[in-house]
Amino acid sequence: MSQHDSVTTRLSARIAAQFQTPAVRWGGIALILVFLAVLPAVFGQYATVIMTNALLYVVLALGLNVVVGFAGLLDLGYAAFFAVGAYTIGILTLEFGVNFWLALPCAVVGAAIAGVIIGGPTLRLRSDYLAIVTLGFGEIVRFSARNLAITGKASGLSGIGQPWLFGWHIATPTDFYYVFCGLAIGAVIVSLRLEDSRLGRAWLYVRHDEDVAEAMGINRVAVKLAAYVIGAIFAAIGGAFFAANLGAISPESFSFTQSVLILMAVILGGMGKIPGVILGAFIVILGPELLRNLGELRLMVFAVMLLLIMLFRPSGIWPKRGTRS
Amino acid sequence: MTAALLSLSGVSLAFAGNTVLQNVDFQVAEGAVVSLIGPNGAGKTSLFNCITGFYKPQTGTITFDGQALLKLKPHRVTAAGIARTFQNVRLFREMTVMQNVMSGMHCRTRSGAIAAILGLPSQRAEEAAIREACDDCLRFVGVTPDEYDRIATTLAYGHQRRVEIARALATQPKLLLLDEPAAGLNAGEKQELIALIRRIRDERGISVLLIEHDMGLVMQVSERISVLDHGAMIADGTAREIQANPKVIEAYLGQEDAEAELDF
Ligand SMILES: Nc1ncnc2c1ncn2[C@@H]1O[C@H](COP(=O)(O)OP(=O)(O)OP(=O)(O)O)[C@@H](O)[C@H]1O
Ligand SMILES: [Mg+2]
Repeated sequence: MSQHDSVTTRLSARIAAQFQTPAVRWGGIALILVFLAVLPAVFGQYATVIMTNALLYVVLALGLNVVVGFAGLLDLGYAAFFAVGAYTIGILTLEFGVNFWLALPCAVVGAAIAGVIIGGPTLRLRSDYLAIVTLGFGEIVRFSARNLAITGKASGLSGIGQPWLFGWHIATPTDFYYVFCGLAIGAVIVSLRLEDSRLGRAWLYVRHDEDVAEAMGINRVAVKLAAYVIGAIFAAIGGAFFAANLGAISPESFSFTQSVLILMAVILGGMGKIPGVILGAFIVILGPELLRNLGELRLMVFAVMLLLIMLFRPSGIWPKRGTRS
Repeated sequence: MTAALLSLSGVSLAFAGNTVLQNVDFQVAEGAVVSLIGPNGAGKTSLFNCITGFYKPQTGTITFDGQALLKLKPHRVTAAGIARTFQNVRLFREMTVMQNVMSGMHCRTRSGAIAAILGLPSQRAEEAAIREACDDCLRFVGVTPDEYDRIATTLAYGHQRRVEIARALATQPKLLLLDEPAAGLNAGEKQELIALIRRIRDERGISVLLIEHDMGLVMQVSERISVLDHGAMIADGTAREIQANPKVIEAYLGQEDAEAELDF
């Protein structure tokens, strides 16, 4: 077992080391971009739709990664912010006739405010109160969506319009695929920049040793709240385009299972490691698809695979960053 | 004498009825190097924790540079100009020497999430300034650039102590609190520490308050010494006065290792 572990560790470390030379890294990025660009033409509509979903999960997982991976806060109700984004778009465009691009900033602000309301009081407390509060928040949001008239109760909202962007009507699955490509790439860039910034370092300090971080002059509550709100914004943007893409949303899209799935992508990828989290998002979405011909068994096989991964690589599939010593 | 930079008056602290500090009056003058000594468990570290906002005394006032400290959260105390090191070196694990020291600059810089996401020129300039200031602090304490990218906790112990001091200096303090900085150092390293403490005061104009058990070091480096015993301040004076003070000798005689400790 440990033999096997060390082999995979060395192998993945070597792959990661390859990525660290600039030529290989840029080559790899170019390759990925070309692949993304030609995917709809080469693999057809079915693959495009699946990939669109995977890219949505990249956005969501990277957002949750800011909260869980960077800042070390356990959030069990992340789908609530996804719902806030989706329902804000649904309600504003359907009931108030607001343009999608005007509704989008409202969704972002709405999620940020929700983040402050939930995070503000809870993040002051130590330990894992946040996990419980976020779990409750997730259920409250879903429960409200199920029971309020304005959110369409259990059947949800349908007929959400597709947005225009500078004369481009974002309408076909392929159009949305490219939009989600853009969102995912944006999420990656934002994550990378945040990680390598004053705020990104502050999250690391607080995660490693709250007391020392405070002694060094870092306001731990403010820094955690920033992570929580940024995570909420990622989810709201994902939710907004999710609503526009499907045209219909219902409370069941924002269940606890959804929160767990996103969290799984983050943990699987190795919390805080951006490439790992992206890979994690692809695994949780594409994994069950690739196993499709196993029929009824596929979810169980998938669950066993996840368990095995967690057993053999408890700190995620992506190797630790190489450090000179 | 110059005005007091730090002033404690009537500070009492108890945990669940257990008195740790009783009615402590204590001062550090601007530009001074002051030592706080006392037997194990006397309450020295607790006093540091009160000053830095980690412990909240039940009574008393603490004033620093004209500002009341007791209402402040620890990060505000640091921003006000008090930096500290820890009795057991507490570097951020799994982070490099440079990253560790950069934490100190947090309270002296401003860039937030939006500046970082957009990569604004002001943010890049600030990042460069942070590195430069940290480089300066690290060189000052005698850590060389080839060590900057090493994981801090893999350095030799003496160098970890230096990194911790550099990290405290990076907060640009007016007063530096050192909790047993010589613990675990060899004789040569202790001499370097004495020189470093003097340079911190003379070249940087930072006042220093240190807790230390090594009497040789205390006698050499400090202008004034205060003695804490069972939470009470029992003596205060120059090295010579403290050495001759019967109350101090008595306080240390209660300890098994009294002779070693009183080996002035
Ligand atoms: N958070 C706390 N809760 C309860 N008791 C505490 C706490 N912190 C300190 N004490 C108690 O206060 C007393 C003084 O401890 P402190 O660490 O301040 O001593 P010290 O003078 O620094 O000793 P040393 O030389 O061994 O470092 C001890 O009896 C300790 O048990
Ligand atoms: Mg102590």
